[in-house]
Amino acid sequence: MIEAILIFPLLGGTVLAVWGHRSWAPELNSLVSFCTLSAAVLLASKVLLHGPMSALHEQFFVDSFNVFLMVLTAFVAFTTTLFSRPYMRNEEALSGLSNYQMRLYHSMYQVFCFTMLLALLTNNLGILWVAMEGATLATVLLVSLYRTKASLEAAWKYFILCGVGIAQALFGTILIYFAAEKVLGPGGTALLWTHLDVAKGSLEPTVLSIAFVFLLVGYGTKVGLVPLHSWLPDAHAEGPTPVSAVLSGLLLNVALYAVVRCKILVAGALHSHFADDLLIGFGLVTVLVAAFLLWKQKDIKRLFGYSSIEHMGLMTFAFGIGANFAGLLHMTVHSLTKSAIFFAVGHAAQRSGTQTIEAIKGLIKTPAVGWGLMLGAIAILGMPPSGVFTSEFLILTRAMSTHPWATPILLVALGVAFTAIFGKVQSMVWGESEGRALPHAPAFSPIVLHLALVLLLGLYIPQYLARWYSEAARLMGGS
Amino acid sequence: MINLLASILLLLAFAMLSQRRIKSLIKLFIVQGMTLVANTVVIASTTSQTHLYYSALLTFALKVVILPWILLRMIRRLNVEWDVETLINIPSTMLVGIAIVIVSFNLALPISQLAGTVAKSTIGIAMACVLLSLLMMITRSKAISQVIGFLSMENGLFFAATSTTYGMPMAVELGVALDVLVGVLILGVFFFQIREKFESLDLKHLEKVKEE
Repeated sequence: MIEAILIFPLLGGTVLAVWGHRSWAPELNSLVSFCTLSAAVLLASKVLLHGPMSALHEQFFVDSFNVFLMVLTAFVAFTTTLFSRPYMRNEEALSGLSNYQMRLYHSMYQVFCFTMLLALLTNNLGILWVAMEGATLATVLLVSLYRTKASLEAAWKYFILCGVGIAQALFGTILIYFAAEKVLGPGGTALLWTHLDVAKGSLEPTVLSIAFVFLLVGYGTKVGLVPLHSWLPDAHAEGPTPVSAVLSGLLLNVALYAVVRCKILVAGALHSHFADDLLIGFGLVTVLVAAFLLWKQKDIKRLFGYSSIEHMGLMTFAFGIGANFAGLLHMTVHSLTKSAIFFAVGHAAQRSGTQTIEAIKGLIKTPAVGWGLMLGAIAILGMPPSGVFTSEFLILTRAMSTHPWATPILLVALGVAFTAIFGKVQSMVWGESEGRALPHAPAFSPIVLHLALVLLLGLYIPQYLARWYSEAARLMGGS
Repeated sequence: MINLLASILLLLAFAMLSQRRIKSLIKLFIVQGMTLVANTVVIASTTSQTHLYYSALLTFALKVVILPWILLRMIRRLNVEWDVETLINIPSTMLVGIAIVIVSFNLALPISQLAGTVAKSTIGIAMACVLLSLLMMITRSKAISQVIGFLSMENGLFFAATSTTYGMPMAVELGVALDVLVGVLILGVFFFQIREKFESLDLKHLEKVKEE
């Protein structure tokens, strides 16, 4: 079952590398992602019935922490392909992408999905690293797809920063292996997370604390933590919009997942708040800096890129203070909302022919785009009854009881972000339209589907999801 | 023997830091790769860890043969073979480098005390190599030199893995090697695209993109 989830995107990536420019390639892309999603849902239902499971000599595993992330990843990957169908066809018509570029796009999209799912499902910390680096390589080519000066520069910056960052994470992984080898013996098992989790109490604390600093800096670069965030807005702004949607919706989540997996081990070995304090510090700085930078943004995709940085900071903070349930919920709703926003933003930019906020007006004339952007922005800003409100409320109340000094900082940041984004979105949605008609009608269903789910999660969290959240939260040693 | 090879690696890291010719830089990278292979073989034979022979073979194939070949071909086709980079302030870069070495030795001290491997004294050098390569990436403005810095950082990490733990499990090593290879190939494509658009491989031209 686990193999099926990984084989579909890998196979799809290979096939699309050859036929990715054909007229039916976008449909094939969706079909592959739909098969992946079905396999993921089937696996999740198995986990629901029988509990955690592993496969292939424990090289892969599913527990309550990665099961919902796996379904979420497969789901957002599928809906993004639905959005990408009309979007990429419009791009083909408007900016004249060549056959080679279409093949590259479709193939690398599936390869990227493969690396994300591999990172989530692998039990081996080394393979996790390999998958994260693979994700960088796949998306670098997607960011530079248009071959403009700006996109090449963004891709270069992305590659070098994340490459250097992830090299630090490799050093951290080596140190964990070094500490584990003494307890678990040399060979393959010393990097298996499930084995490490059992033995985490007897791992050497000094080595693990050094390792965690390297791991946090390494994977933190991919999460977009300040001061390592500068690649993120560039990469979001210059690549095609479906790529921005999956970068925000999937990659950042999976990078944070890697940080948290490592944090569980380190916290277990250390018996101190060292790892938690690091997460709290990085998280707070990230939220605050990103919120103020939102004001200065003139490009619509950069604006929401910075908003992603802000929300990743909030999640990092949540995992630091032990508000794990809220953090996991926030991961889910942020991923859904932000990708929905990017779906709307993509069509908005196509319609206006520019990404400059001042030049975009009257989006409401295309209701799917205008309302999508408006409702998405309201949801991401944490207005009730969206799911983002629930998770932010839970994080804030938790912070109030354990780290009261941090609450005013968070409230200021959230307030600043609210006024910045709301003002800008309003000016784009209302007013007279100056846009052109698009050759292919924008995809409406993915936006509605995502926002409906976010609304649903704000009103009611299904019982099994809540159970997964709380089990995963217990795994992280909090609630 | 191991300590000798480790000190050669450290010297090479400094040499790379101050080398201005791109072609000589690639040659230094080849020597670094060969030293790494020699080091791995020595550790393998003294400790009879057979899997280290395989990883030495992999390193040889990747870092002494394939990657330098790709890089040399690339600079020939880009016609930058004889390019000389203007490096400002080599002496002060060297001083920063020395400070980095001291810091790495201090940082590595608790780790090498715990290590039971024959090469435990070289962990500090491995860490210094990683950080010196990072310094090289920061001080260089040519795209190719940055990539060589990146690759020599990976060499430093590989060295760290062999000296602390006799190498990572084979599956991980293969994965890392694959990532590095694919990464260099992608960067190769990139060089040509950057050159086409900016008419230069000097990254100073690249600092236009905004932080408005």
